[in-house]
Amino acid sequence: MGETSQGTIYGINGPVVRVRGDHPFQMMEMVLVGHERLIGEVIRILEDETIVQVYENTTGLRPGEPVISTGRPLTVKLGPGIIGNIFDGIERPLTSIAEKTGPFIGRGTVMDNLDAEKLWDVRILVRSGHILKPGRVIAEVQETPSVVHRIMVPPGIEGVVDEVVKDGRYPITKPLVRIKNGKAIHDLTMVHEWPVRIPRPYSRRLPTNEPLVTGQRVIDSLFPMAKGGAAAIPGGFGTGKTLTQHQLAKWSDADIIVYVGCGERGNEITEVLEDFPKLIDPRNNRPLMERTVLIANTSNMPVAAREASIYTGITLAEYYRDMGYHVAVMADSTSRWAEALREISGRLEEMPAEEGFPAYLPSRLSEFYERAGMVETLNASTGSISIIGAVSPQGGDFSEPVTQNTKRFIRCFWALDKSLAYTRHYPAINWTDSYSEYTEDLRDWYNKNTAPDFMEKRERISRILQEESKLLEIVKLIGSDILPDEQKLVLESARVIRQGFLQQNAYHEQDTYVPIIKQYHMMKSVLRLHDQAAKLVAKGIPVSVIRKTGVFEEVVKAKYTIPNDDMEAFEELDSRIESVLSGIDEDYSGTERRRHA
Amino acid sequence: MNLEYIGLKEISGPLVVLEGVENPSFEEMVEVTVGREKRLGRIVEINGDICVVQVFEGTHGISLTNTRTRLLGKPLKIALSKEILGRVLDGAGRPVDGLGEIYPEKYLDVNGQPINPVRREYPRNYIQTGISTIDCLTTLIRGQKLPIFSGSGLPHNQLAVQIVKQAKLAGESHDDFAIVFAAMGVKHDVADYFKNSFRSSGVLDRVVMFLNLANDPVVERIVTPRCALTAAEYLAFEKDMHVLVILTDMTSYAEALREISSSKGEIPSRKGYPGYLYSDLASIYERAGMIRGKKGSITQIPILTMPNDDITHPIPDLTGYITEGQIVLDRGLASRGVYPPVSVLPSLSRLMKDGIGEGYTREDHPGLANQLFAAYAKVQEVRALASVIGEDELSDLDKKYMRFGRAFEAQFISQEFGEDRDIIQTLDLGWLLLALLPREELDRLSPELVDKYYKEPDESESRFIRWM
Ligand SMILES: Nc1ncnc2c1ncn2[C@@H]1O[C@H](COP(=O)(O)OP(=O)(O)OP(=O)(O)O)[C@@H](O)[C@H]1O
Ligand SMILES: [Mg+2]
Repeated sequence: MGETSQGTIYGINGPVVRVRGDHPFQMMEMVLVGHERLIGEVIRILEDETIVQVYENTTGLRPGEPVISTGRPLTVKLGPGIIGNIFDGIERPLTSIAEKTGPFIGRGTVMDNLDAEKLWDVRILVRSGHILKPGRVIAEVQETPSVVHRIMVPPGIEGVVDEVVKDGRYPITKPLVRIKNGKAIHDLTMVHEWPVRIPRPYSRRLPTNEPLVTGQRVIDSLFPMAKGGAAAIPGGFGTGKTLTQHQLAKWSDADIIVYVGCGERGNEITEVLEDFPKLIDPRNNRPLMERTVLIANTSNMPVAAREASIYTGITLAEYYRDMGYHVAVMADSTSRWAEALREISGRLEEMPAEEGFPAYLPSRLSEFYERAGMVETLNASTGSISIIGAVSPQGGDFSEPVTQNTKRFIRCFWALDKSLAYTRHYPAINWTDSYSEYTEDLRDWYNKNTAPDFMEKRERISRILQEESKLLEIVKLIGSDILPDEQKLVLESARVIRQGFLQQNAYHEQDTYVPIIKQYHMMKSVLRLHDQAAKLVAKGIPVSVIRKTGVFEEVVKAKYTIPNDDMEAFEELDSRIESVLSGIDEDYSGTERRRHA
Repeated sequence: MNLEYIGLKEISGPLVVLEGVENPSFEEMVEVTVGREKRLGRIVEINGDICVVQVFEGTHGISLTNTRTRLLGKPLKIALSKEILGRVLDGAGRPVDGLGEIYPEKYLDVNGQPINPVRREYPRNYIQTGISTIDCLTTLIRGQKLPIFSGSGLPHNQLAVQIVKQAKLAGESHDDFAIVFAAMGVKHDVADYFKNSFRSSGVLDRVVMFLNLANDPVVERIVTPRCALTAAEYLAFEKDMHVLVILTDMTSYAEALREISSSKGEIPSRKGYPGYLYSDLASIYERAGMIRGKKGSITQIPILTMPNDDITHPIPDLTGYITEGQIVLDRGLASRGVYPPVSVLPSLSRLMKDGIGEGYTREDHPGLANQLFAAYAKVQEVRALASVIGEDELSDLDKKYMRFGRAFEAQFISQEFGEDRDIIQTLDLGWLLLALLPREELDRLSPELVDKYYKEPDESESRFIRWM
């Protein structure tokens, strides 16, 4: 690279660097800034100046230092070695950084994103003469015991296979397949690059009518998420966003999890790193880490790289989607990403819109959530990306710009509620403010795959909760003693639903993940109890009498007493309910009769 | 580096602008000489040969012509050695106790560097503070950052001192223990209060104090917590010590940041605070924790006073989004004479889950804590109802909750300043209080635990009768 392919630093303001000189930089081009070659990206071009955002701490940079053009946009490397790994916001492996700079993250550590030395067992799937189109799978590698990595012809490349290597052990840079297209020759290796800000292509979108099963009752049963859908979890601090994301990363039935720790705590990443290798995926009995990739740009890491981390994460997700996998992306927290946008925008002295956020906040949010979806890939397989974004509203106030704009682009809204969290009702997902617009799309799946009346049960449960919140308005004013007994029963059943069904203990071995079929049986038992009790109440038996038998508590505790794989136990529970209630009935009618006699 | 620049181009609040600067570097320190006085500053923005400099001691007395400025060629570093223990330094890390310079073993950049998450060790060891609300309900873990959200006039300083005095790690010796105390914008008497308390508990020679008091330069406040944490990192990760860092008052710190930001003409977000307040606070709070392969640890107890007691104000709000929980103090409790006035429901320790229970404290601890939270939450509901319909109209059960609430506040939350309760005492007290409620109400506890620990209601009635 000669003098002409670079500019020089003129000004420095935090992560924003002004560059002057003759070199015509391109918009969004990746550049190397200063003698330490810090990675940066061109974000604006003015008449006499180019503005670069730098992905590392800029302390010590001086005017006059070189800014080298790379001629290509900010990209990630895509190939085997991603899964099970942990990267920073621009796909640098944090383990390698630690080897170089110790427990603290140093600067200017340019390194291979993916291990270039490791040998992979490659199985070639094409032969010479095959005509290849973009997306075609040319080879397979067992990336981890849980994930087969399908090496694909990168988008934009096609031709006829000229040469292939034999099956064998190769590093990612080894040319495996040579294809010819007229005069053009492409040597395909296991790895290719992709610009993070550009969505990867697919054939077409498919409807989202399969749920992302999470094992979390309030989600699966009341506010279900679809594979290929987009969801937001807003909530004030300490209401449970991260814990919910961790639960979904652990237990949801996606094939691949991309967890983006965007401007949050270091210890939360460490927790995943310590827990996930030990936790076992119930579906294949392998450690959860074998399907997980972490992108960590914690709150104290450079803010520009935080902005990029979201794109890095979603691009890795698209790559695995293209192999035909169902990928779930957790972004914790999208608010920190929006704030990174705001900070850079502020340093550029752009005109702010609401609360200092740039006017392009909504379009950036929509571009991000648009990258979710269920698709037919270029190689005609089906893959999906589900996005679950945490939102951290200032002051816990949902009317702020990030929450409001996010709401426009997602269809599943799990509103976390401070007052529920204060009473330690976890997960603190508020059942009146939350919604899922996927419910209708998923109706058939649920009724077909769990029980024909699943949706009906679900609706009755929601109705009881709604009635409860109306009644509570009255109770607040006059107390519950004065309510008629059928309303007292609604309150009692709603309590059973809240404590026995909605509350779910993430730290309890059984309760942390509950199969949908058990969720169905739990709802059914609650409703059966409610209906039977209503009959007694109609006969004039007070709710307090029924309550004394402890039958409500028994149903509340079913989540702990009935193992996740023993659905027959619900029959026993039901017959217990039956016998307890008919016992009351007999006693009561007995006394009544005696009284009349 | 030896060049001196005479005069300034512009002065704005705590910022000055220099022109014609040769080879400056971003965040480099500069020395501004005004008459005989030398002040310290830092380059916060560069445009060609023009530099914006933040002057720590402020710009009073500075004119466009009466300064000479020298670039120091490096970012702000402080001199460190184990000798800093027992010393008092100013807000930028210079000795002010008349005991002379610190003979440095090392100079370290006060900005520090982020800990690589792959090298962190997840904190799991619980610290007994002897305070029931903390030990039982918001357990402090070694390596945690757990702030006190307070209000002006509330006893946050006493609480911090009591924690320092009583903090015990299950079964460990005390000689590898140090305290780093950083004051930002607090009054002299507050600093003295801490100093005297450290002295009276015989730990003064294990304390290093960084003082930027109310009448000290505002801009210097920006570096005070960073100097303190650099010292803490040195002690923890190079000298294997368990360091407890007290930062007070983070509200004054954030206000200093706001002042500088508005002098720079930056676009504010909420309440005039800069949009990067979150990242800036994180660069302080995230400097707590443990590192794999290192013996030491940094536990942070930042103190902040919530303006107008408003927990949604940007300072407590953004702090809560970064720290691993919070201890919230409540004016209502304080005015009823409850010390420490810990507002139980909004207080939280996110790390307690891994440091309590069987093998750590006692098997019933997680469930008991949960039950106390739930019961006390119910008390709030019942009180709201009682204020509408009158306590006499409450159902029998609700009346029991009212009694439980009063006893809980008077006997569990409340304790003497010098009272050091061990964890078993605290847990037993919790059970004794729960016995004021009917057994069926204990829905957050497994039946086995209730069988094992539920106390005789008569015993607890007689114990608490005068409080209910
Ligand atoms: N399902 C749950 N089961 C048990 N505890 C829970 C659950 N959800 C949340 N909690 C409790 O709430 C605490 C806070 O949760 P979490 O860290 O997820 O909050 P957050 O919304 O991510 O906060 P922040 O915005 O500050 O990051 C947890 O440490 C845990 O104690
Ligand atoms: Mg969180």
